[in-house]
Amino acid sequence: MSFVPGQPVTAVVQRIEIQKLRQGNNLILGFSIGGGIDQDPGQNPFSEDKTDKGIYVTRITPGGPADVAGLMMGDKIMQVNGWDMTMVTHDKARKRLTKKNEDVVRLLVTRKSLEEAVKHSMGTYHKQ
Amino acid sequence: MDNESTYSGYSYKSSHSRSSRKHRERRDRHRSKSRDSSIRADKSVIIQPPGEPLLDAESTRGDDRDDNWGETTTVVTGTSVDSISNEDLTRISKDLEDSSPLECRRYLSPALGAILGLFSLITPLAFLALPQLLWRDTLDPCGTPCEGLYISLAFKLLILLISTWALFLRPPRATLPRFFVFRCLLLALVFLFVASYWLFYGVRVLEPRETDYRGIVGYAASLVDALLFIQYLALVLLEVRHLQPAFCLKVVRTTDGVSRFYNVGHLSIQRAAVWVLDQYYSDFPVYNPALLNLPKSILTKKMSAFKVYNLGEENNTNNSTGQSRAMIAAAARRRDNSHNEYYYEEAEVERRVRKRKARLVVAVEEAFTHIKRHQEEDAATSSPKHPREVMDPREAAQAIFAPMARAMQKYLRATRQQSYHTMESIINHLQFCITHNMTPKAFLERYLIAGPTLQYLDNSRGRQWTLVSEEPVTASLRRGQVFCLRRLDFSLVVTVTPLPFLRLGEVFIDPKSHKFVMKLQSETSV
Repeated sequence: MSFVPGQPVTAVVQRIEIQKLRQGNNLILGFSIGGGIDQDPGQNPFSEDKTDKGIYVTRITPGGPADVAGLMMGDKIMQVNGWDMTMVTHDKARKRLTKKNEDVVRLLVTRKSLEEAVKHSMGTYHKQ
Repeated sequence: MDNESTYSGYSYKSSHSRSSRKHRERRDRHRSKSRDSSIRADKSVIIQPPGEPLLDAESTRGDDRDDNWGETTTVVTGTSVDSISNEDLTRISKDLEDSSPLECRRYLSPALGAILGLFSLITPLAFLALPQLLWRDTLDPCGTPCEGLYISLAFKLLILLISTWALFLRPPRATLPRFFVFRCLLLALVFLFVASYWLFYGVRVLEPRETDYRGIVGYAASLVDALLFIQYLALVLLEVRHLQPAFCLKVVRTTDGVSRFYNVGHLSIQRAAVWVLDQYYSDFPVYNPALLNLPKSILTKKMSAFKVYNLGEENNTNNSTGQSRAMIAAAARRRDNSHNEYYYEEAEVERRVRKRKARLVVAVEEAFTHIKRHQEEDAATSSPKHPREVMDPREAAQAIFAPMARAMQKYLRATRQQSYHTMESIINHLQFCITHNMTPKAFLERYLIAGPTLQYLDNSRGRQWTLVSEEPVTASLRRGQVFCLRRLDFSLVVTVTPLPFLRLGEVFIDPKSHKFVMKLQSETSV
């Protein structure tokens, strides 16, 4: 998940579609985010590279929409509905996720196990 | 170590010529050799534990089967021989130092300087007085300008006198082996000045009986000015130039490795040596020869691993060398455990010293509680039935010395300091401490910490040091020079390094530029 500044970021991502749940007057997704370009990246427990200022999933309410959709704690959110989330402030990220006129958010998330899974499968393919 | 030291009365090198110095050295060496042989004949012969003698040249003459080889073989061993000869040496050197009379050489240079100084001081007065005495009638009368010059002359002479007293009339603290270059230069300069002034005066004034008295007074005033300037030059050369630090001297004592670093300015080697010795007496802890050796138990254990017996062989020259080689190989292969023993021995010694120190501190504290200062008002209130005996400090010290004497002696023995403190000196110190209201801890400070050498010195006689250097001692200090200051049983090795050149830069910080932000770490739930 480390990046070279100036070069395009490549990552293995998983597409997750979360249906928002209506609770009273709010639409909730059921997870918490942390990180952002205005935050301190050194305190992020989930990132490999401690200078990574991306948005990470820090908590998931069990049984909520995110949990149902398959989001996991520690995932880095790369895109939300097509909007980039790798270089945004914390507040901007929150706003993109909580737009009132959207019912569905489609996230592209990445995690370490995805890379390894792909490598694994590619490896067995090559052996054949 | 014995043979190298020179212990005659004038062991510092003569200032005159190299040849005379060499001659003196040869004479000293002869003397030292003869002394050595006489010393060696006195004491009993120590037989070296087997381990070494097979390597010794003397033992390889196996043909010479002598039954009393014990008496004729003199071999130098580890500690016992050195300790005896050291005592002899110090005793002899002390005798010599005591008996060396007031050296004439010591006072030659100050005497010369004093004569020259006096002569140059009375010269202006002589310049003024001579025309008045000799041809007073023919002199031009000279009123106010002359009197003004008289006043200025008088004050300048007074200042010259005072500053000469302040700068030059101090008792010299050291005799240097060679000429002190700057001082000689200045003396020569003064002599030259005064001589040329006298020459001019003699030719131009005395002979033709010059009548212009004002000119003569002006001439005398110019001489005084010149003398003042020479004194300024002397001040700069002798006192000021070496104040700015330029070199760092590392001084290491050869026997126990105590080292110090000092910053000095531009000096010649001999002046730097004197300066270092001044610092040595107040900075370096006193040299205690008893503290140096590894405990005998460790050393001898290493050597006495193998015992070799020669049983009745005539030609054992080859065999002995062969055996010695075998022994060296065996010793190298054997596992060396002496470091282990050293560690435990040192821990044991430390524990013992600490125990004795604790006993000493307690004893002294208790002893000090027995006396207190007698206040005058107590005399009125104390009952006449129990008059307290009023003592002076000496008696008080003797009274409280008894309970702490034993603990003190045991502690001094444990730290091997007993040769530096006699009972008399301890009582004197106790008296001193009582007089000045010191606490037991202040009294003990002198014995718990090894003080500087100056503390144990009695100032009755001068100290003899030998300067050993590869370069002439009037050369100035340079990078990488090494010289030694030798005394009888140890020496100080001085290494010179120049101080680094400092490039100081500047960064300006606006006081308003100190700003801080909080590190954020927020978590939002969506």
